[in-house]
Amino acid sequence: MSKVCIVFDRLRTEEKMLQKEALDLGHDAVMLDAKITQINTDSKREDYDFGDIVLERCVSYFRGLHFTASLEFMDVPVLNKFDVANVCGNKMFMTLLLKKNNIPTPKTYFSFSGESAAENLEKVGYPLVIKPVIGSWGRGVMPIKDKDTMDAVLEIRNITDGPHDRIYYLQELIKRPPRDIRVITIGDEPIAAMYRKSSGGFKTNIALGADPELCEITKEIEDMAVKASKAMGGGILGIDMMEGDERGLVVHEVNNTVEFKGLARVAERNIPKEMIKFALNYVRK
Amino acid sequence: MNCPECDAILNIPDDASVGEIISCPDCGADFEIAKKDGSNVELKQAETVGEDWGE
Repeated sequence: MSKVCIVFDRLRTEEKMLQKEALDLGHDAVMLDAKITQINTDSKREDYDFGDIVLERCVSYFRGLHFTASLEFMDVPVLNKFDVANVCGNKMFMTLLLKKNNIPTPKTYFSFSGESAAENLEKVGYPLVIKPVIGSWGRGVMPIKDKDTMDAVLEIRNITDGPHDRIYYLQELIKRPPRDIRVITIGDEPIAAMYRKSSGGFKTNIALGADPELCEITKEIEDMAVKASKAMGGGILGIDMMEGDERGLVVHEVNNTVEFKGLARVAERNIPKEMIKFALNYVRK
Repeated sequence: MNCPECDAILNIPDDASVGEIISCPDCGADFEIAKKDGSNVELKQAETVGEDWGE
């Protein structure tokens, strides 16, 4: 019997599903709250009950990332690995890595001051989509269609002054149907995919009420998902694609601690079960 | 048990686990289950959702 440790900061349906599948497969599952776990530079793996492998499932990106760093310091196998989590959590790093690996992705413009972002926008022309480099659920993602909107957005950025507010990530607005595709890959294998349909606006996040609908994994989607997963470093990922009217499939995001309860409602394969099986095989290798 | 914020009755499912979030149906406040021993449940204020949260 093997043991999987699920590290969380907010216990969601997904973590409970993972726990259930581990137990149903005849393994042990231990749930560990990152918020109350203390680690120091003398910490050893045997001081904790990390089982054979850890699935890092924190909702907070930075908490999960730093927790992963300490797990790897103690030589605890963890999914996803620090390098994968680090890249996927930052949209700029992720976009650069996608492009570097020749994976079609929307053209993206980077600026490092508000003035430069404004200049860039005027030069490239409207519309562009501005996204915070860190953060998700579609928050802070806004289409900029004219100068007035640009001025307002840049002014807000100047006021908020968060650590990443001076990084301006502006992306081409892809002409596409009002939906995108989320593919879950486990060990570079696409397990399930769904269309996320917009519920009116231009965003398609399930967290914002988009309806999940099963999507057939075509050869094209499969190839793209496998390439994107490999480019990021593998593990358990959520690959988001858009069907561009002119450009065909483009990958716009790769998610690290992937949420799957929407897709699990419609998927043919048992997603949490596949994750547990992969995690245990990963550590046996 | 009652909501620490507005005293409304909180419905905590029997199979709820430590770390789960319970929302008050009346005032909407979120609480995290800090401890659970049978029907004895201890709640704490849930963390606010931060900019680095979610997918």
